[in-house]
Amino acid sequence: MSVQVAMPKCWRVETKPHKFCPGCGHGIVLKALGQAIDDLGIQDRAVFGCDIGCSLLSWDFFNVDTIQTHHGRTTPVITGIKRANPNLIGIAYMGDGGGYAIGSQHLVNAAARNENITAILVNNTQYGMTGGQMAPTTLPGQKTETSPYGRDIAKTGNPTLGPEMVAAITRDGAYVARGTVSNVKQLTKFIKNALENQLNGNGFSFVEALSLCPTNWRTNAADTWKFLEKEMSQYFTVGEFKAPGSQNEEGQANG
Amino acid sequence: MAEKVIQEEKRVFMTGNEVVAWGALAANAEIMYGYPITPQNEIMHYWTRLAPKHGREFLQTEDELSAGFTTNGGVMAGRRAFTATAGPGNTLMQEPISMAEAMRLPTVTVIQQRGGPSTATVIYSQQEVTLTTLGGNGEGLRVVYSTANHQELFDYTIKAFNTAWKYRFPTFVLADGYQAKMRESLVMYDPAAKGIEMVPTEAFVGKEGTPGVDREPGHFRNTYNVEEELYDVLQGYFADYNKMAPQVAEYKEIASKESKVVVMAHGVVARAAKAAVEDLRTAGYDVGYFRPITLRPLAVPELREVANKAEKILVVESANGQLDRLLKEAIYGCSAEMLSLFKPGVGITAEEVEARVKEIV
Repeated sequence: MSVQVAMPKCWRVETKPHKFCPGCGHGIVLKALGQAIDDLGIQDRAVFGCDIGCSLLSWDFFNVDTIQTHHGRTTPVITGIKRANPNLIGIAYMGDGGGYAIGSQHLVNAAARNENITAILVNNTQYGMTGGQMAPTTLPGQKTETSPYGRDIAKTGNPTLGPEMVAAITRDGAYVARGTVSNVKQLTKFIKNALENQLNGNGFSFVEALSLCPTNWRTNAADTWKFLEKEMSQYFTVGEFKAPGSQNEEGQANG
Repeated sequence: MAEKVIQEEKRVFMTGNEVVAWGALAANAEIMYGYPITPQNEIMHYWTRLAPKHGREFLQTEDELSAGFTTNGGVMAGRRAFTATAGPGNTLMQEPISMAEAMRLPTVTVIQQRGGPSTATVIYSQQEVTLTTLGGNGEGLRVVYSTANHQELFDYTIKAFNTAWKYRFPTFVLADGYQAKMRESLVMYDPAAKGIEMVPTEAFVGKEGTPGVDREPGHFRNTYNVEEELYDVLQGYFADYNKMAPQVAEYKEIASKESKVVVMAHGVVARAAKAAVEDLRTAGYDVGYFRPITLRPLAVPELREVANKAEKILVVESANGQLDRLLKEAIYGCSAEMLSLFKPGVGITAEEVEARVKEIV
């Protein structure tokens, strides 16, 4: 008896199972993205750019034209493509290090210019590919390889609140949300809203996805979910921060 | 297809930066991405004035990293895209260029050299030769044209797009602040009227049809899993580059294969070297001249022939030996003695070259 695995149509079957660690959240975010691409029927127009870091492993993930860029530089590559061919749907996929640290100037300025692209940022609170160093998103007190006694916010600042920042600097028309891999239905909706925003020519759209990294968190299944749902969600509010035509300025409650 | 920007040959008198903007326009460049830095700013100034009238695009980015990476995106969308920078901007530009080298992206980058290291001067130097020919991590492959006058700035801006799109190596036009800011006369023309056919562009992403259904998806990467995988890719690149080199390498010379002393220089300094050599030859001196136009690839066989026939080679440059280092590598083992006249970050006159030749002849 064979079981039909429900994969989005735009997934590339030949490259599955994917290359991410067991328990990684990337597969879930990419499933939500794949579902959104399918629902909107944009597989032929989408261009997917992936950053360096764990996100680079998605370079052959979809049956979608894909460009692997440099660490932090996916936003400008996708911006360059969209500016040169506005008919394409540009998707910049990155981690929290790529978007909030090394590539923060690109995220800020693409948002400020209201570039008509979609950025999806996977937040797992540390640098996964390089072995679990502190990231801008590392929680206060969280242990990483470069904060072995726990993140000291007196010395290293507070975790970056990306969607809040992007919502503050974008003009009307932008779409900004934070989803979580623990609510795939909602995350898929947020990503779909973001892509629709680009399709409508409204401007910049940004979705942060709270994600999982049991490998570097050194957590078992139960503790992995606990960290996501109890600790990350406490600091990072899930919801829509900005949507065209709405007055949302604060994250709406989970749901 | 865009309308002809230049209907008929036109003699003009303008700055080098303006010439680059016109050259890119004549080459049917479709989009420029750029970030302000002296002395290249006026390329953007003229482009932003001309572009809307001819249906071309411009994006001012947040820094040179972004200017380079958006340019990479522009060519991957299948457009003739270019950028321009200088000095510390050239340092940042090396990161996106290394992606272009890894993925064989036909970007065009104009460099107007300024003094260094660091912010140094905004005026002039030939101190960006090493960075422009050999920058980037790993062992990337690129083409670098060094221009000496405004006619060449126009000619080689057009040629750079064709070299880039024909061979798929990132291509540079290397000039300097003197060429950028000085006014000079030249003839502008429509490339087609001179029999120059623009090499067609091709989209990397966003081609017709649905990927995975009507066609294979374009999956472009610059990361490899194992050493041997990278090695195999690079072997292919090196073979392509070596095959291209003799077709792309350019130089100019005067009696370089029959003179006791040969003066070697590139770019604007080559004008002083040439004037000096012409004067000296009129006065009966046994001296020749060799000017590489492509600094990468160099015209190695021709250089080696010169370096085996001449007794002495005098390298003249506004740097402390950057061209010199490239030449020494190319002519390693040849018999000529290597001498120098280096003035890092400072212009060099024909009189200075003449005086130096008289010292060594």
